[in-house]
Amino acid sequence: MKSSDNHITSSSDSTGNPSGFMIETGNLTKKFGDFTAVDHISFQVSKGEIFGFLGANGAGKTTAMRMLCGLLSPTSGKGRVAGFDIYKEQDNIKRNIGYMSQRFSLYEDLTVKENMRLFGGIYGMDNKDIKTKTADSLQELGLGSEQNLLVKYLPSGIKQKVAFAVSVFHSPKIVFLDEPTGGVDPIARRKFWEMIYRASEQGITIFVTTHYMDEAEYCNRVSMMVDGRIDALDSPVNLRTQFNARNMDEVFRSLARKAKRIFP
Amino acid sequence: MPSVTINNISKAYSSIRALDHISFDVGKREIFGLIGPDGAGKTTLFRILTTLLLPDDGTASVEGLDTVKQYREIRNIVGYMPGRFSLYQDLTVEENLNFFANVFNTSMQENYDLIKDIYIQIEPFKKRKTGRLSGGMKQKLALCCALIHKPSVLFLDEPTTGVDPVSRKEFWEMLKRLKQQNISILVSTPYMDEAMLCDKIALIQSGKILSIDTPENIIAGYPQKIYAVKGENNYRLLEYLRKNPDVQSCYIFGEYLHVTLNNEFDFRFPDKVEVNPTKASIEDCFIRLMDHRPERVSD
Repeated sequence: MKSSDNHITSSSDSTGNPSGFMIETGNLTKKFGDFTAVDHISFQVSKGEIFGFLGANGAGKTTAMRMLCGLLSPTSGKGRVAGFDIYKEQDNIKRNIGYMSQRFSLYEDLTVKENMRLFGGIYGMDNKDIKTKTADSLQELGLGSEQNLLVKYLPSGIKQKVAFAVSVFHSPKIVFLDEPTGGVDPIARRKFWEMIYRASEQGITIFVTTHYMDEAEYCNRVSMMVDGRIDALDSPVNLRTQFNARNMDEVFRSLARKAKRIFP
Repeated sequence: MPSVTINNISKAYSSIRALDHISFDVGKREIFGLIGPDGAGKTTLFRILTTLLLPDDGTASVEGLDTVKQYREIRNIVGYMPGRFSLYQDLTVEENLNFFANVFNTSMQENYDLIKDIYIQIEPFKKRKTGRLSGGMKQKLALCCALIHKPSVLFLDEPTTGVDPVSRKEFWEMLKRLKQQNISILVSTPYMDEAMLCDKIALIQSGKILSIDTPENIIAGYPQKIYAVKGENNYRLLEYLRKNPDVQSCYIFGEYLHVTLNNEFDFRFPDKVEVNPTKASIEDCFIRLMDHRPERVSD
């Protein structure tokens, strides 16, 4: 869902983030041998923005995301995430971001509350903070008796919402969501986006990948990766105009057609 | 005779009812879509039909063969692509194909026609170990392996999950070509837009079938008017509309909200809001059918 862009403000903050951008890259590149997975990408993401990171399988999204999360060192180019340098301050980056993927996010053999306690502890929150935040999160999730169930017994829609709550439990500046809604029923998928919207209104920056093109419409801005490059970046409405397309699906198709990379 | 007949099948895992009295048929040369979210029971049904799991209750047959009593015969005539990639990762592309051909007493050459269109796309990498292929290539190889013995029924469990929209479209075009070669296909997907590509679909949730028909009929059967509504800030508009008792449901759909009303006569949308009547999509139908069903909690 688009919002008026007024809640997206570039603000400088106490961690020494002079530009005010939550993510900032310049010619960021990653090569594996002679294969260029990410090819000189440059973009900025503002505080509180919902930024959609789209592209075909093999376009380089995961590699780019791993560099931004401080898990992989770039070959060249520069980048700052939450104000920290992606070469030298990877540990600081990890402390200031949240991450959720469809594949792994929660410990299935722990309850919802135990997961929150574990992740809060990992991120160095004290017991008092963990307690308050757990109460807040459970209230927002609207969970009743389910909060004491092992995660593996939760329906997929609820599990996904809990995973998101856990990924923002330590109040990160940015949360990276890697295909967060795969396999979820249509109502749960929409409720999930409503949670994303609330988080963004609270000032958390959202960086999200998805294969659902209707979800691209919910982002403030969307980038499209083709063969390691960012070939288009704008608001959904501007992209539709630029590509003379009725919806984001058509935008995606016209860009993906340009791909030359055959992924073995 | 239908290719697949499912008659009142139920299956529970301890206290979880994975399938709750399911019945339907898949016709000859039909692409039948099983549409539903994770945990709906799709994989359990596939495992019963491919003779890998016994139902607690009910019967099923594939090409007239009983899934319990004639499981050996069934295994020779069906192709199964499980949701989880299950080829041998340390064999090459070519080795995997030859292996599966051998298991079924055939050879790659014998049924090459059937897989040719798909295989030529992965052939440049035939000497590569399967574990080192990208997701899209693995998916194509898995389909070739499921086809190598020329099955008459193909079972595809979420073949397009996690696949980008362009590759998904290509995959469905391959399925259409297979159908023309006299293969019946039962395919599951969580992507509702793919429902339109099937001849017939079953919407399934929490082990129960919500609706079975052609996708066109399911859409035509949507009983209410839907309005596509757009405001300056759709999220705030959504919160506003949900509070109104005349609004029956309100959900985000791309750049619009889809709204249905309890009371068509008295309700007025706020000013400066774009309002257009719109056609239902499969997702609208699914949402309406599941709306008042609580999510299943199993303990």
